[in-house]
Amino acid sequence: MPKDSGIGASSKRREDVRFLTGAGNYTDDINIHGQAYVHFLRSDVAHGRITSLDTAAAAAMPGVVRIFTGADFEGVGGLPCGWQITDRHGAPMQEPAHPVLAQGKVRHVGDPIAAVIAETAEQARDAAEAIGVDIEELPAVVDMKAALAEGSVKVHDDLSSNLCYDWGFVEENREAVDKAIADAAHVTTLELVNNRLVANPMEPRVAVGDYSRATDESTLYTTSQNPHVIRLLMGAFVLGIPEHKLRVVAPDVGGGFGTKIFHYAEEAFCTFAARALNRPVKWTASRSEAFISDAHGRDHVTKIELALDADNNFTAVRTETYANMGAYLSTFAPSVPTWLHGTLMAGNYRTPLIYVNVKAVFTNTVPVDAYRGAGRPEATYQLERVIDKAARELGVDPIALRRQNFISEFPYATPVAVEYDTGDYVATMDKLEEIADLSGFAARRAESEARGMLRGLGVNCYIEACGIAPSNLVGQLGARAGLYDAATVRVNATGSISVMVGAHSHGQGHETSFPQVVAEMLGIDESMIDIVHGDSSKIPFGMGTYGSRSIAVCGSAMVRATEKIVNKAKKIAAHLLEAAEADIELKDGQFSVAGTDKSVAWGDVTLAAYVPHNYPLEDIEPGLEETAFYDPANFTYPSGAYCCEVEVDPETGKVTIERFSAADDFGNIINPMIVSGQVHGGIAQGVGQALLEQAVYDADGQLLSASYMDYAMPRADDVPFYTVDHSCATPCTHNPLGVKGCGEAGAIGSPPSVVNAVIDALHSGGMTHVSHIDMPVSPSRVWSAMQG
Amino acid sequence: MYDFEFEKPGSIAEAVAALSGEDAQALGGGQTLIPTLKQRLNAPGKLVSLTGIAEMRGVCVGDGGEVIIGGATPHAVVAAGAGAYPALAALAGQIGDPAVRNRGTIGGSLANNDPAACYPAAALGSGAVIVTNAREIAADDYFQGMFTTALEEGEIITEVRFPVPQAAHYEKFVQPASRFALTGVFVARFADGVRVAVTGASEEGVFRWTDAEAALSETFAPEAIDGLNVAAEGMIGDLHGTPDYRAHLVKVITKRAVKAAQ
Repeated sequence: MPKDSGIGASSKRREDVRFLTGAGNYTDDINIHGQAYVHFLRSDVAHGRITSLDTAAAAAMPGVVRIFTGADFEGVGGLPCGWQITDRHGAPMQEPAHPVLAQGKVRHVGDPIAAVIAETAEQARDAAEAIGVDIEELPAVVDMKAALAEGSVKVHDDLSSNLCYDWGFVEENREAVDKAIADAAHVTTLELVNNRLVANPMEPRVAVGDYSRATDESTLYTTSQNPHVIRLLMGAFVLGIPEHKLRVVAPDVGGGFGTKIFHYAEEAFCTFAARALNRPVKWTASRSEAFISDAHGRDHVTKIELALDADNNFTAVRTETYANMGAYLSTFAPSVPTWLHGTLMAGNYRTPLIYVNVKAVFTNTVPVDAYRGAGRPEATYQLERVIDKAARELGVDPIALRRQNFISEFPYATPVAVEYDTGDYVATMDKLEEIADLSGFAARRAESEARGMLRGLGVNCYIEACGIAPSNLVGQLGARAGLYDAATVRVNATGSISVMVGAHSHGQGHETSFPQVVAEMLGIDESMIDIVHGDSSKIPFGMGTYGSRSIAVCGSAMVRATEKIVNKAKKIAAHLLEAAEADIELKDGQFSVAGTDKSVAWGDVTLAAYVPHNYPLEDIEPGLEETAFYDPANFTYPSGAYCCEVEVDPETGKVTIERFSAADDFGNIINPMIVSGQVHGGIAQGVGQALLEQAVYDADGQLLSASYMDYAMPRADDVPFYTVDHSCATPCTHNPLGVKGCGEAGAIGSPPSVVNAVIDALHSGGMTHVSHIDMPVSPSRVWSAMQG
Repeated sequence: MYDFEFEKPGSIAEAVAALSGEDAQALGGGQTLIPTLKQRLNAPGKLVSLTGIAEMRGVCVGDGGEVIIGGATPHAVVAAGAGAYPALAALAGQIGDPAVRNRGTIGGSLANNDPAACYPAAALGSGAVIVTNAREIAADDYFQGMFTTALEEGEIITEVRFPVPQAAHYEKFVQPASRFALTGVFVARFADGVRVAVTGASEEGVFRWTDAEAALSETFAPEAIDGLNVAAEGMIGDLHGTPDYRAHLVKVITKRAVKAAQ
């Protein structure tokens, strides 16, 4: 019987009522009396030197309050990078300054040059057009390999080159890997591009800065996945505001997908300007602005080699990747192609020797940072594509080749520095074969062919490192912040509960799923519990939501805090029942004395805590409120097996996805409906990357796909009804809920199976010369590949 | 957007007068013009809305059996009301999304002449007559290249008259982002011959594929054009398709249109 409440129940998402009835409170809904509006004058060239900047005429325009330029920020810090990478030779990465407003040079289309503050948004925009700016245009650095060529124009004059770092992992394995590949019975090589994406959350970014002269407090309302991270970075590194004078609020946020993790110039600007003007300042991005100012995702160019012995056992993997950083280092950009990518190159397989080389490159493009999956999709895509290619070259079944090489014993220490605690890759593949009805594929292919269509089937596995992460480990890897999380459980006198969490919900449904956990632990109704998140003045110092970490890390903190509540409540109950604490049991919201019919209700105990007339005041404090911080012992390792079936129109090259099946192992599951929804959304984004989406720059650094007229987002009719299953559960061994996280899996696991299926379809049609097509696998690209 | 004057006349005569002023621009459904204004890429002094002119709205069948559509008629009304010309109704029902179809107008689309729009293919493929406040223009004379038409300054498309063919079909292969036509082909078979109009493919905008028309006029079957090819030269090359690909699509999509029209 499915449960109807608590852990494992598909409780309806309570937050959807306000989202779907227009009652949400998004940052753009926040309007503070007396606020002025910001418009950023942005560079329309990719690379250039600002030779003159004249704001006099603009400043005299109607409604203009003040115009800021880079000169106003000379004494102010730049935007910090939150992760340092040490290169192959032990040197730190090259880390350029990242000014809030351009200082002398512009480095990408969209780089902010000046900010006009006016009484209305239209007046600010009018005045921005009246700013006289002369830019001496410089050649744009766009192509990564050209950027590293001797004599290339430099994005940053003060750096030695456009190379941010040349990272080798595991560097000590380099020679052994080279030898294994040289000695291998078979080596499959694949060169591919992991296409640059624009995250495109439904809600564009917004920032509202406010300042109280009375208290000297600054408040920033912002579209963020992690208000405390913003408070930390902006307060400490950019503006020099101590934590107790800086409040960051991220109210309802309309989708993040990674791009709202980072600290952006507009946030610092609005906070700075509100204080400078002693007046609230608001900025709302247009969709066009989002395309050229939100951090982009992916953008790797990779060569991967897979070595196999004569029995088709994997013996080594070697990769060389060029990773685009864009013009500046966004908050976590350096970590994405390194620790979030190289550590996953073992995948689900026993490959004894792995070497990953990553060259991170500066170009005159929008900065690139984490996007749903962040490094792990790039790792999964190349590995699962090269395995498929190897199976074809060797004439073996691609599923059999995977099964043969599966890791089967846990814990398993990979050669790339992580230890998988649990998993059962055979079980997920078995489940996939069942739900995808692989045995019926031949008949479906015949039916497609009868209609003149080619049908292909693609399968892949994935593994991800989630629940980011143990602070001591990520500190060794270069993180400049801790990655624990925190929760405060505040029980009110009548027994209702507010849980203040460091995680941030921007679509994930925390307001529903987190109470399910507390309700389960206390045996009370979910509706008695509310989640409070997104306001640094209300919640403990947690690190926010990304990397599929919320339930695994913050949820664990919440469990620990709730355990403290239970322990204290039992003491109170023991007093009320005149029994020994050890004899008190909590079940279905009742504290009872074991072996007797004596009991008190949850509400009696909570009332006693706040009206402590009959209370053990000599032993414990009144009140019932506990906080816990939780820092995990390891990452979590969700895994799964995905299957995509496509039809390819041989005349036009158009690919349609006919079936998509996903068998995931997320460990224990709090709310199956929400988990399915997360997988559905992730697959839609993965299908978007595989078939539709690409951010394309021309040679001058102009973004060609800068609107929805050219940037193809997946629509409902681009995806099929999915078959998802998460019944294969090997619980995480090191967190109290046994959960692994599910937010990114769909986006990580789906692109390779789509492309594998397209290649399979073309081979079935006799086009065996096609070994690879880069994403997005658009009709034009498929047709071109078919032509040979 | 920049400030502008706004007029919404109730008759064609008033609209013509309003448009005679300096820097005035006609506004149909605004599906292209309004986004352009919002991006500040256009700054007309005055917008003259044509959607309040009752005599320019609606679909009817003329004495000669032709389908007549008022210039300010939204696509959704054509989709629902042009049953006498099913291929035209179907084309209108595939433009954009419901919001676009309830705002965008046939006159606006034809006046704009976007090289990837659907209506130009219907007008040219049907041999329609574009009726303005001043004259009647044959479709063959009307389309003069990408975003260019025979319209004079201030001239208003009041109605479009479509002769109804014996058989017709519009086949649209969509550009995945905009869902305009990456290549769209309108095929119409009349008693005196077949017309084939192609949109989305050429740098010159909508065009008639005359070789295919000749072949199909002989034999109205997909196989009739097997031996024909379209040159890649002059085809659009962009993120979504090379000139070679578009040239290939013209043939494939034409065959599909013929098959569906048969």
